[in-house]
Amino acid sequence: MPGSAAPTAASAVARFWDGDVAYAFRRSPVAIGSALVLLVLLTGAMLAPWIAPYNPFDLASLNLMDSNQPPAWAEAGTSAHLLGTESQGRDMLSTIMHGTRISFLVGAAAVVFAVGVGVGVGLLAGYAGGNTDAILMRMADVQLSFPAILIALLVNGVVRISVPQDRQEALQIYVVIFAIGISYWPQFARTVRGSTMVERGKEYIMAARVIGLSGPRIMLTHILPNVLGPVTVIGTLTLGLAMVTEATLSYLGVGLPPSQLSLGTLIRLGQDYLSSGEWWIAVFPGMALMAAVLSINLLGDWLRDALNPRLR
Amino acid sequence: MVGDSVDARPDAKNAPRVVMEATKVSRHFDVSRPWLARTLAGEGRLTLRAVDEVSFSIALGTTLALVGESGCGKSTVARLAVGLYAPTSGQILFEGVDLSAARAQPALRRRMNMIFQDPYASLNPRWRVRDIVAEPIRAFRLLQGSDVADRVAQLLTQVGLSPRDGEKFPHEFSGGQRQRVSIARALSSEPEFLVCDEPTSALDVSVQAQILNLMRDLQDRFHLSYLFISHNLSVVRHMADQLGVMYLGRIVEYGPGESIFAAPRHPYTRLLLEAIPDLSMSGKARAAVGGEVPSPINPPSGCPFHPRCPLANDRCVAERPAYTTSGDVLAACHAVEEGRDTPNGQRNLVRAA
Amino acid sequence: MPLLEVRDLVVEFPGRRGTLRALDGVSFGIEPGEVLGVVGESGAGKSLTGAAIIGLLEPPGRIGGGRVLLDGKRIDGLPYDQLRRIRGRQIGAVFQDPLTTLNPLFTVGRQLVETMQTHLPLSDAQAQARAVQWLRDVGIPAPERRVDAYPHEFSGGMRQRVVIALALCAEPRLVIADEPTTALDVSIQAQVIALLKKLTREHGTAVMLVTHDMGVIAETADRVAVMYAGRIVEIGPVRDVIQRPSHPYTEGLMASIPSLDARMDRLRQIDGAMPRLTAIPPGCPYNPRCPKVFDRCLQDRPGLMPARGTQAACWLYDQAHAEAALA
Repeated sequence: MPGSAAPTAASAVARFWDGDVAYAFRRSPVAIGSALVLLVLLTGAMLAPWIAPYNPFDLASLNLMDSNQPPAWAEAGTSAHLLGTESQGRDMLSTIMHGTRISFLVGAAAVVFAVGVGVGVGLLAGYAGGNTDAILMRMADVQLSFPAILIALLVNGVVRISVPQDRQEALQIYVVIFAIGISYWPQFARTVRGSTMVERGKEYIMAARVIGLSGPRIMLTHILPNVLGPVTVIGTLTLGLAMVTEATLSYLGVGLPPSQLSLGTLIRLGQDYLSSGEWWIAVFPGMALMAAVLSINLLGDWLRDALNPRLR
Repeated sequence: MVGDSVDARPDAKNAPRVVMEATKVSRHFDVSRPWLARTLAGEGRLTLRAVDEVSFSIALGTTLALVGESGCGKSTVARLAVGLYAPTSGQILFEGVDLSAARAQPALRRRMNMIFQDPYASLNPRWRVRDIVAEPIRAFRLLQGSDVADRVAQLLTQVGLSPRDGEKFPHEFSGGQRQRVSIARALSSEPEFLVCDEPTSALDVSVQAQILNLMRDLQDRFHLSYLFISHNLSVVRHMADQLGVMYLGRIVEYGPGESIFAAPRHPYTRLLLEAIPDLSMSGKARAAVGGEVPSPINPPSGCPFHPRCPLANDRCVAERPAYTTSGDVLAACHAVEEGRDTPNGQRNLVRAA
Repeated sequence: MPLLEVRDLVVEFPGRRGTLRALDGVSFGIEPGEVLGVVGESGAGKSLTGAAIIGLLEPPGRIGGGRVLLDGKRIDGLPYDQLRRIRGRQIGAVFQDPLTTLNPLFTVGRQLVETMQTHLPLSDAQAQARAVQWLRDVGIPAPERRVDAYPHEFSGGMRQRVVIALALCAEPRLVIADEPTTALDVSIQAQVIALLKKLTREHGTAVMLVTHDMGVIAETADRVAVMYAGRIVEIGPVRDVIQRPSHPYTEGLMASIPSLDARMDRLRQIDGAMPRLTAIPPGCPYNPRCPKVFDRCLQDRPGLMPARGTQAACWLYDQAHAEAALA
């Protein structure tokens, strides 16, 4: 954005808090509730390396004798492990905190990637029009016909063949981020393209063209700020989708490697023990995932309504 | 303007300098349907002749107004004049230089700018007013650092706003104030020539008066030349030195504003004037103009006005009229050429609706 | 008895920062067959008045006080069912944009027939015949064919004629026309206005013509009400209001219209702008811009009072003030 000194951060925050969106937020129990849940989960997840009671990655500290212990409130449970332990003796609570952390990180990274590609493509297609638009949108259409899981399998397969064994595990997280991101960019591209086409016809763009500004400069400084609104909403909802997709991939064994303990991996590991009555190994990670995605979706839905001027 | 412009400003000693000269400019748009649909329907290509061999010239410090109803091409002429469209044929000279060449040079390009009709869509809603007004200054690198802010404050004051308004966003202003911001932005590159596309059509009457007065003041002060587009003849009367009446992409009458208003020659001009409500309520019955403006994709043959013209004869259907000189006014009309039009006093030209 | 009577109408918009009064005590009447013009600039409240009368206020807007009487019976605050029967049959409406008034999915004939059959006891054949007749009356050429055409197949002026037919076909007593010609070219405007005048005179329909265009009012209206900041500041016979305005705002408004007759050096302008609803000054809302302002204007809000042929909400015409001035 052009210009000299931007408003100070404090005044921007003050303006936001006084604005209509914040006002609507304060009056919506759903929004406040989901935001609180999300805040708790995020804090627990992001600070997991420092505040988790145990370190599930430290193989030396694991004791197979502690394995498959039920949660603290059950008969055989102890207060040492609030949510019990899993088959290797890892503490469930710590594992879930780390797993949620990975889920958030991968999900957020995938969304950032999808937004980056999608907004870029959408701006270009909407502004340039004509053949550029047609080509880019056909690419988006092709992309949409491939589900994320299939893409992940494809990319996985390629990586497995082309990358030496020892580096594969480290790369896996990037593969997952890429696979998920590449599946979700078309939605952003389409929305941004539509908004761009609307803005392009407005007189302030014509004014910029009259003084001879270049296409890229107009796109970035004039159009981009005006088309980001819907992107926020879609981005929020896509975050939830991305997290579920990552869990699904890991559950299927084509996502993050088991050593990184994603929630999906945990659910798969716990699945085997469900029949023997050791339910907590699968159920708690599932609940954590559900809580995170539900609160994100509720917030995203609320945000969409709050930002829609016609509903105010 | 702040520090006189480096270019020498000619005085009116010699013949007035011509800021813009258009010669037989046309602009066609291809509005054919996509190839497949077209071929299946057995249609040929469709061309929309938005502007059809239009010629005019604007002297320094004066206003040429183009007036007409919807579909007459005046907005397209505005965009041609400022280089947003290239002419399909004909030539436009800006300060004696071909327009596209002129626009390629920043030094010449900054001497023209444009004001738009819609005060709500002509300012970027996410930018502060000071950045909006400063944009041409920055784009042409006319000033640096704190000089930019000083100049913006000066411009805002010149258009009747306060320098503190620079901090605000467009939505905090009324329509009339936004037009003032648009004017400030247009002036910030120190142009000589402004294309004004219906600048007051979206404004209330009392606000319109303020903006028109402001534009006249600025023109006197800074020696600006205006190409003023409007559909409102009363506004045009107030602003125009030269006037061009447009119909279906052509200029049908062209000359000094006062001459045309005093004695309109072309039947369309007369009918336009007839169609304006009479505020003085002299009780004279106003006869409505018959028919509607035909589609510019398929204009009538010969003189495009013939379906609605009470003076039309066979020649009008077959032959496109050339310009006839009548006093200091040019009119594209066979009836004027043949002397068949009646003098201005007799208002018996109208055909019933 | 007046056909329509509006008394002290208040329209408000409750919002998070308090309740905004968009209309603040509007009162007027319309006699049967009369054309009342309601003129004002953007934000004055003229469209809201029309919407409030016909019960089409967009929420959160609501009527906060006053009454609307049709033939002496209250119609404000009626339940939806009863209001529905009034709309179309008693009160018709013509809005600014014919493209959004007409349903693009149905033929013009179908929309006319549907409207008529909702309010009048007509058989299909009768309604169809009447639809064709209406199209002929509003000047659509070849109406028998055009009755089966879709709205997008008409030009702007023709569409507005269809809208007028639609508004009048159920034979209402009153038509509210909100900027019916603003979106049209000037030559088409003249046609449409003439048509509206002719048909309403023929059918004895009263018209409330809302517009910002004084020229249209001069041509069409019998009486005119001038609105400013949610109130009526002057009301009276059209000739008097236009040629001998009493209220300083009307005076300023008329003076700022560029005249076709002569080129002036400077248009007379009213400085400043109409106050926003959130910032209406105490006393007379016009006082910041009025060239004739004096003390009382800043404190007390004037109601409509008799003034040189019209009624004006201005302390200049207050008896006491006039006497004091003479003294």
